[in-house]
Amino acid sequence: MNLMLKVTNLSKKFKDTNAVTNLSFTVNQGDVYGFLGQNGAGKSTTLRMLLKLITPTNGTIEYFEKNIDHDKNEMLRQTGAIIERPDLYKYLSAYDNLRIFAKMSGIKASRTVIMQQLETAGLADRYQSKVKTFSQGMKQRLGIAIALIHEPKLVILDEPTNGLDPQGIADMRNMILRLSKEMGKTVIVSSHLLNEIEVVANRMIIIHKGKKVVEGNVKELLDPANTLLQIETTNDADALYKLEQSKWANFLENNGRYIRLRLNKNDIPSLASSLSNMDIGVLALQPRHSLEDYFLSLTNNDTHVEPFTN
Amino acid sequence: MKKLLIVCLLLSTGFVQAQDINTLLNKAKAKIETVNDYEASAVMKTNVAFLKVPIAKVKIYFKKPNKLKLKSERGISFIPKGAVSLNLNNLTGSDKFKVIDAGTDNIKGIVVRVATLLPADKTGDVILSTVYIDEARSLILKAETTTRDNGTYALEMTYGTYAAFGLPDKLIFSFNAKDYKLPKGVTFDFDDGAAPNMPKEKDPEKRKKGKAELVFKSYTINKGVDDTIFLNK
Amino acid sequence: MWSLLQIELYKISKRPRTYIAFIAIAGIVLIIQAAFKADPGYLNILLQNVDDTFAVDKGNVINGYFMCYMILNTLLIQVPILVALVAGDAISGEANMGTLRLLLTKPISRQKIIGVKFLASIIYTVALLVFMALLALFLSMIIFGTNDLLVFRSKNGESEILQITQDDVMWRYLAAFVYAAIALTVIAALALLLSVFAENSIGPIVATVCIVIVCTIISNLNVPIIDRTIKPWLFTSYLVGWKGFFYIAYDAENVPIKGSMENWASIRNSLFILFAHIGVFFGAAVFFFKKKDILS
Repeated sequence: MNLMLKVTNLSKKFKDTNAVTNLSFTVNQGDVYGFLGQNGAGKSTTLRMLLKLITPTNGTIEYFEKNIDHDKNEMLRQTGAIIERPDLYKYLSAYDNLRIFAKMSGIKASRTVIMQQLETAGLADRYQSKVKTFSQGMKQRLGIAIALIHEPKLVILDEPTNGLDPQGIADMRNMILRLSKEMGKTVIVSSHLLNEIEVVANRMIIIHKGKKVVEGNVKELLDPANTLLQIETTNDADALYKLEQSKWANFLENNGRYIRLRLNKNDIPSLASSLSNMDIGVLALQPRHSLEDYFLSLTNNDTHVEPFTN
Repeated sequence: MKKLLIVCLLLSTGFVQAQDINTLLNKAKAKIETVNDYEASAVMKTNVAFLKVPIAKVKIYFKKPNKLKLKSERGISFIPKGAVSLNLNNLTGSDKFKVIDAGTDNIKGIVVRVATLLPADKTGDVILSTVYIDEARSLILKAETTTRDNGTYALEMTYGTYAAFGLPDKLIFSFNAKDYKLPKGVTFDFDDGAAPNMPKEKDPEKRKKGKAELVFKSYTINKGVDDTIFLNK
Repeated sequence: MWSLLQIELYKISKRPRTYIAFIAIAGIVLIIQAAFKADPGYLNILLQNVDDTFAVDKGNVINGYFMCYMILNTLLIQVPILVALVAGDAISGEANMGTLRLLLTKPISRQKIIGVKFLASIIYTVALLVFMALLALFLSMIIFGTNDLLVFRSKNGESEILQITQDDVMWRYLAAFVYAAIALTVIAALALLLSVFAENSIGPIVATVCIVIVCTIISNLNVPIIDRTIKPWLFTSYLVGWKGFFYIAYDAENVPIKGSMENWASIRNSLFILFAHIGVFFGAAVFFFKKKDILS
């Protein structure tokens, strides 16, 4: 695996608020890298720092082992991006928007190439229409066409599904997968929804209040073998005793208050039948993916959260 | 225009009583009377404090008895209204003035006879006129008119080639010009910063003195001048 | 650089607001021309008692050159607003539309982007002036013909009429338009600087106009202490400096000297101060734009 992007101790302070604090992460070539965090967690600030829209207060960003501050626009030349909304020149046509940004990306796009891109975006028949007449989805598709016109190696999509209808969201997911699988692009995609990241990303980072919570392989982080199951019974002490004697003893995770087992999701049916065989009066079985659980706790309770440990 | 016509009238009338001076005036008149009309080219230099105008090429047309027109060949011309009285030609006998022999004077080294003309009508604008005549050549070198309301006008003439016709080569017309004041709010002026240091014209009266200097290049005499030239367009 | 400039000019050309200025200028010029054609009475106000002493061929006074001078005199004061309309929108307009962040993720340095935008604003300003010259000068020359130019002015509290012969006029207009372009570039640089800080274009446009108005008022206060201290450093003191090209020098006998200027040193000084303002405003714009965090 080829290291594309290495971010070290990145911080950004706006006046009194720390938007991002000591954030470090790496993106490998070919990754679909998920950026997960609530609104205001610092996702956008971080992505904008990657794109040189915001100057970091501290820290370094290396692109193929070269500091992007020293290596002027090498990274930008190979990057396509949509930051938040795909805002374009409303008073210009789709064609003109694409042509202008192609030129600004430093490539000479012929009419044929531009029309091809518009075709791919499904906008070929509207190429002369002004962007202000476009729907959100059309703008989004045009924005992506613009992000891709100069054939970047890296595509950064900040909250690409914001404001899209379900069909649009589905299209976006497919597009990200196609970018990665068919076109071999490295993609960084941010979202505040875990399930969006889960279906497209291979690696991910969760940030909260500008700090890294966890970074890693999505498969590992969301490993079904790593499901935490909480059991409520009619008699917890009895149930715990019986479980300690059973083959499930190794899966028990005792925290004193609840009965919890860490096990593979697939084993839950088998556990359920064991419980019934052992005459344990089950009130509830609550399978919780640990990461999801954790992320939910962030969303529900904004006051204080312990760092996640896997 | 009016005032200068009066000057003409003054000049052209009443050399009755002072026999000697009248003879001289009549001699000068006789010379001028040989000219029925003329067309002259001249350059005019106007010198008035508020008026910065270039030297203009002008044409002067005259026809007896007292038609005179001054035209600029090109550009915009500021022609002193009195300038139309530049002709001394139509000296005609009249008894509306009392001519007094005022002795002799000296203009640029030439001894001249001075005649003072007093109008019979004492309520008019003109108080008196003074004419300076070169006795040897019978040419009027200078004429001054003092008016009640408009100060003093003067004509000074230098003769050369056309002296035989009583036509000057050079003529300086001095007059009073009302001071010019630009209406407020008309300009939005550029202050070049140098202004406060520039010396102001000390004597406000000096601003009111105007001078027009005419240098004649050529005359075409008695070849006929179309009357339409004198019409005001 | 050239292709970036082309893009910038293309964008400007596609915005309706670009044409407001051209329409406004055309409107004012045509109205003034029509008014003078219909009733040249204004001249009687100007010439006042000159009429008593001199016969002036008024038909020649109102000519194309004179009309242009009149029009520039009334119009050039307003043009800063029109320049601000485009230059004040340069950065803030993109921020407002949301295109700034897309623009700045392109592999182009920020100096270049703001430089091109400044250049485009200057080109727009020059285009306005060329348009003005076409209408105010050349159209007037067609409608009113040409003759000598009379310049009416007041100097040290005394009024003067300067006559410039017609063969001595054209270069003065050329110089005056170049001067006006430089003076208006100061406005463009100021508007651009303010544009860097704003996220909508109304703010910088209004702020520019306000600054110009306030400084113009101060420039025209005629309070001695201000005259000595602040005034020489205000760019607004020099916005009407184009007139200096029409203040022809004259000799001791009040005869204008063809091809001359009364006070070239002061015009040179004005130009120097205007260029200094351009340098400071644009320099500051680049400095702050480079440092700016794009949050729009």
